[in-house]
Amino acid sequence: MAAVQSGMGEGVEEKDIKTEPASDGFGNNNANDGRLVSTSPGSNAPAASNKPVAGGPPEDQQTLLAVLQFLRKNKLTESVEILRREAGLPEDDLDPNGADSSGAGTGGAAGSVDSDAGDASSLLTRVTVSSSAAAQAPTKGTIQSDCCQVYDGASGGPVPGNSAAGEDQPDVSVVLSAYSQQGDPALYEVYYSSLKRFIETVLDCHRAELSQVFYPLFVHMYLELVYNNHENEAKAFFEKFSGDQECYYEDDLRVLSSLTKKEHMRGNETLLDFRTSKFVLRISRDSYQLLKRHLQERQNNQIWNIIQEHLYIDIFDGMPRSKSQIDAMSGSLAGEAKREANKAKVYYGLLKEPEIELPLDDEDEEAENEEGKPKKKKPKKDSMGSKSKKQDPNAPSQSRIPLPELKDSDKLDKIMYMKEATKRIRLGPDNLPSICFYSFLNAYQGLTAVDFTDDSSLIAGGFADSTVRVWSVTPKKLRKVKSAADLNLIDKESDDVLERIMDEKTASESKILYGHSGPVYGISFSPDRNYLLSSSEDGTVRLWSLQTFTCLVGYKGHNYPVWDTHFSPHGYYFVSGGHDRVARLWATDHYQPLRMFSGHLADITCTRFHPNSNYLATGSSDRTIRLWDVLNGNCVRIFTGHKGPIHALAFSPNGKFLASGATDGRVLLWDIGHGLMVGELKGHTDTIYSLRFSRDGEILASGSMDNTVRLWDAMKAFDDLETDDFTAATGHIHLQDNSQELLLGTYLTKSTPVIHLHFTRRNLLLAAGAYNP
Amino acid sequence: MAEERRQKQCSVVLPTESMKAMAESVGVGQLQEESCVALSEEVSYRIKEIAQDALKFMHHGKRRKLTTSDIDNALKLKNVEPLYGFQSQEFIPFRFASGGGRELHFYEEKEVDLSDIINTPLPRVPLDVSLKAPKEQQKAESTEPLKVVKPGQEEEGTIQGKSQGATAPDGKGQYLKGLIRLKPRSTHELSVEQQLYYKEITEACVGSCEAKRAEALQSIATDPGLYQMLPRFSTFISEGVRVNVVQNNLALLIYLMRMVKALMDNPTLYLEKYLHELIPAVVTCIVSKQLCLRPDVDNHWALRDFAARLMAQSCKTFSTTTNNIQSRITKTFTKSWLDDKTQWTTRYGCIAGLAELGPDVIKTLILPRLAVEGARIKAVMEGPVVSNIDKIGADHVQSLLLKHCASVIAKIRPQPDNVEQYRTDYGYLGPMLCSHVMKARTQAALQAQQVNRTTLTITQPRPTLSVSQSGLSGSTGPRTPSIIKVPSSLALMSPRPGTPSQPSPPATKYIVMATSAGAASTQQVITLSSSQSASPVTSTVPSATSTLQPLVKLESGSGPGLTASRPLQKYIVVSLPSSASSSLETKSSVLPTSISSTPLDTGMKLDRSESPGASTQSPH
Repeated sequence: MAAVQSGMGEGVEEKDIKTEPASDGFGNNNANDGRLVSTSPGSNAPAASNKPVAGGPPEDQQTLLAVLQFLRKNKLTESVEILRREAGLPEDDLDPNGADSSGAGTGGAAGSVDSDAGDASSLLTRVTVSSSAAAQAPTKGTIQSDCCQVYDGASGGPVPGNSAAGEDQPDVSVVLSAYSQQGDPALYEVYYSSLKRFIETVLDCHRAELSQVFYPLFVHMYLELVYNNHENEAKAFFEKFSGDQECYYEDDLRVLSSLTKKEHMRGNETLLDFRTSKFVLRISRDSYQLLKRHLQERQNNQIWNIIQEHLYIDIFDGMPRSKSQIDAMSGSLAGEAKREANKAKVYYGLLKEPEIELPLDDEDEEAENEEGKPKKKKPKKDSMGSKSKKQDPNAPSQSRIPLPELKDSDKLDKIMYMKEATKRIRLGPDNLPSICFYSFLNAYQGLTAVDFTDDSSLIAGGFADSTVRVWSVTPKKLRKVKSAADLNLIDKESDDVLERIMDEKTASESKILYGHSGPVYGISFSPDRNYLLSSSEDGTVRLWSLQTFTCLVGYKGHNYPVWDTHFSPHGYYFVSGGHDRVARLWATDHYQPLRMFSGHLADITCTRFHPNSNYLATGSSDRTIRLWDVLNGNCVRIFTGHKGPIHALAFSPNGKFLASGATDGRVLLWDIGHGLMVGELKGHTDTIYSLRFSRDGEILASGSMDNTVRLWDAMKAFDDLETDDFTAATGHIHLQDNSQELLLGTYLTKSTPVIHLHFTRRNLLLAAGAYNP
Repeated sequence: MAEERRQKQCSVVLPTESMKAMAESVGVGQLQEESCVALSEEVSYRIKEIAQDALKFMHHGKRRKLTTSDIDNALKLKNVEPLYGFQSQEFIPFRFASGGGRELHFYEEKEVDLSDIINTPLPRVPLDVSLKAPKEQQKAESTEPLKVVKPGQEEEGTIQGKSQGATAPDGKGQYLKGLIRLKPRSTHELSVEQQLYYKEITEACVGSCEAKRAEALQSIATDPGLYQMLPRFSTFISEGVRVNVVQNNLALLIYLMRMVKALMDNPTLYLEKYLHELIPAVVTCIVSKQLCLRPDVDNHWALRDFAARLMAQSCKTFSTTTNNIQSRITKTFTKSWLDDKTQWTTRYGCIAGLAELGPDVIKTLILPRLAVEGARIKAVMEGPVVSNIDKIGADHVQSLLLKHCASVIAKIRPQPDNVEQYRTDYGYLGPMLCSHVMKARTQAALQAQQVNRTTLTITQPRPTLSVSQSGLSGSTGPRTPSIIKVPSSLALMSPRPGTPSQPSPPATKYIVMATSAGAASTQQVITLSSSQSASPVTSTVPSATSTLQPLVKLESGSGPGLTASRPLQKYIVVSLPSSASSSLETKSSVLPTSISSTPLDTGMKLDRSESPGASTQSPH
């Protein structure tokens, strides 16, 4: 990861980024093979480094490792077991500096770590055999374990005993082998129910916290049973205890329930998610001590082992959390985010708007100025919102990410924008926006994505039949540029040359773009309205020209469906994310990605750029939202709390907040700077496919599959927050249930799911969806 | 509950029989039982896995229904060849069959003859995707209301326009919600076809062409889909009456009353909601002081009779205990009747209106006042001649009273009809009543089926047309039919025939209507003047102007003194017996050129003149 970062860093410095960064990253990863890495050199991701190793000097570990390695080479598995028992080494654990252990046959042995320094038995060392599979092509598994680069070493370290069996799928077998330990299958139920009984009898204040343990324990015990071929016991175990689990885990339980044989485990992604990542729990120190004491008294090693191996318990000092607090934050596939994960500084402020003189004569000079002294020009707040020239300490420096220069046409557009902005309607609870609904007729269930241009002059729709259609919603029709031969004939010196290059004969209200070979799931206009991006089931992202209405580039990189794509607000960059769980950052003039953001445990379902283009947010089926730094590829925020796949994201115009909507029908509001959930808006009864803040950020509009558009009072939601004392240190926010107060209006369509929303520059709300008779 | 569901989910496994059936279908017989079990578990697991992936595609496709293409895409994810040819038209293409203890779901694949497919015409191309949105949206960001694009088909309830300045102080949110609630109250726009229909109908109803009018009235009386237009019709009528009463345009008032009748005859219309407009119009036509330009000669009495009958009918139909129409109407009539200053015309209307309400009303309200009324009539008839109009009015009231009261009295009074007795009971009218009652008794005894002719007399004055008038009327421009009122100037232009200073002996008139297909039929009015004229005088009126068609009473193959020009012609002879009291239709002219000086409704005449047939005068 460090290599990737440095590579990226170089690449980003100049605008003309070459395509090497990504390949660099991989190259470096491979070069690390076989190296023994106790701490990842140069790993500067603070989230990734855990507490320093507590017990046992490194020399001892290395000796042990060497011995173990030797034994394993000679297939002396019994001796390995004995030695491990002698040394008091638990079976398996992870360590955070597995940052380099890319799963593709990496030989890097992980160092050791201890999550609880006080516990003697928790010294963990690990050895990884440098296997011959070093040159494995990057597979999905690779990506899987890539995620640990940012996500605090989630990759399960390879464990002796099973390496031979996993020739075909080393990563999977390595992952599964963690379950090879044997216990009496009949006792699993006893263990589980005794723990259950214990937790049910503890004090109320601890019970809620300790109850969090149930779900991961249940899952891992079940998987152990399955892995060890105790099918009937597994089924009985599942039937007995699955009902106890929280309802928001239902989707995962459904997957688990179908998984009853060891063979099924191979290739099951959900299972891999459980194994490759530690389930993160936040428990207060008191509660944790209680649990530990209980387990030690009972000699309940089975459970203790699972807790050690598969759970990451984030212990905090202070009052135990209440049930509602826990429920608000849990629900993700891998538990809550660690507190460390959200500590990094995020420059959420907006970039300074370039100053544009109305007479456009000296624009070149302007541009030079910008280039010349970017550091000096600290960004101010929203140019429209506050007129103060004071620099925003939360804004990134202007040149943190190289942004494209403004062209003449961009400046003209900015002027238009400002003119429009002066006519903007001030929205508020007493002044709700008008909503104009664009219905797609005869779409026969085929409309999958919609986007509006920022100036609301064009609409694009992506369809299940692989087409992309563009409509003009102004009287101005869509025209193609003339053919090359005809272009030769026109007088290039004339003033209206831009008008002359257009072919009047092609003028029409809509154009169809053919090129994809699968349903188009994501669509995004470039801010300058010259390009259109579309992402499709066929694994490509295509860039279309809106001048010629042809495809310019097909970006290949995702091997699986690409669920979403989004242009940066400053153009040039765009992000895509899909079924392969990786979000990729691209530049329009590079056919390979500049960055790959891996860490999600399931499909990336939606992607969104921060208004300052320095960050991007991705929502995923693993029910988490991650915020990534474009500059160095780090994951700087992980937001958990949704109980279903996230399908909509929206940044507030001032860049401070993020709203997210999911299949659970709830909208959650996040404070990016503090990394906290700050609001929950309940009301929708079906998946939320679209979220949008009004131009001034007063109103949040949400559109859903339940055929409604709802308007929420965003100002109030965020204002209430300020009065709250920020428990940023613990992150234990207590949310009051005030959805009803914040809901300003619910507007029903007749039979049209709302799949896109857009505020025009004057704050008229546009909505779009396909009429569904 | 979730628990139960989950348990079910984890236990669902395909039955081993299915495995066997599938194995057989691919040619593997005798599959081991253990293999079946293993297979079924494996297959169940894989199917679940694929279904879960397919769900993902459904969510991203923004749909609620899982489609076969989702499954295809899920298979592609697993690097499995998708199932081709599974694009079924039906959502669930499986059929179920059972028998011999086995239950089977199968996919029905019919053999298709290729030539059939080739030869069948191509199906219509499905409509292309289109975008619907308010057209004026772009410029309308803040100022113009956003119109609903396709009412009822698809729109946001929220689409509304609101000027940015006009923000209601009570909050726009409430305003929005209010809009949604108010929506059903909005007026229903008529479709283009309905607008055309409405225009045609109203034009025809008040226009000059009688055939068209008959058709239009027929349409109003029978068409089942007029509900949408009902409010417009009722407004049309009430406004029309209001205007034409002021202008004394008798003809149009008659037409409008006929429209009311047609509306009431239509069984699919429910008029109750529009009575507030219709009843005042009808009552106006009953009791108005003056309904025509020349009260002395025009037969506005017929209109009053007709309207009174309409009133009675609507009382019967719509009077309820809550709206009390009948009692309110009765009260109105009685009040103005009892007033001494009431004019004879209004008096006539009141009595007619009351009398039409039925024998009970006559018995309780009219009979007790017969003596008083008789005295009043006597004062006019036998006293000094105050005015001719009063005399005519009194005469009509008298005949009206006689007509209505006779039948009632015939029923309630014992048999021997003594003139003196009647005189003491009913005063001045007594003797006449007595004779009428006796006539009624004999009629009842004879069980005469004869219909009372007078009920059909509304159009009596109109059929005759003088040549001189029609010649004059040729100069008048055609009247635009959509305007209800006839310009008063037209009425003034028409020559006013001199008012007969004294009643002439009644002449029997025969109206012969000849209808023939295609050609403009003519109508001949033959006035057989008993006294002065020896030869029948014939005038021909284009039948289009005839209002007599529904009123035909007599039909005979040979009209008196009439020469049939075409063999196919049908002659309808209507006799218009001059009533004893009538002094109106008694004109007979000796001049062959100006056949009749019978007072006519000028408006009517002018109407007729515009029809092309008007120039074709009598062929004889």
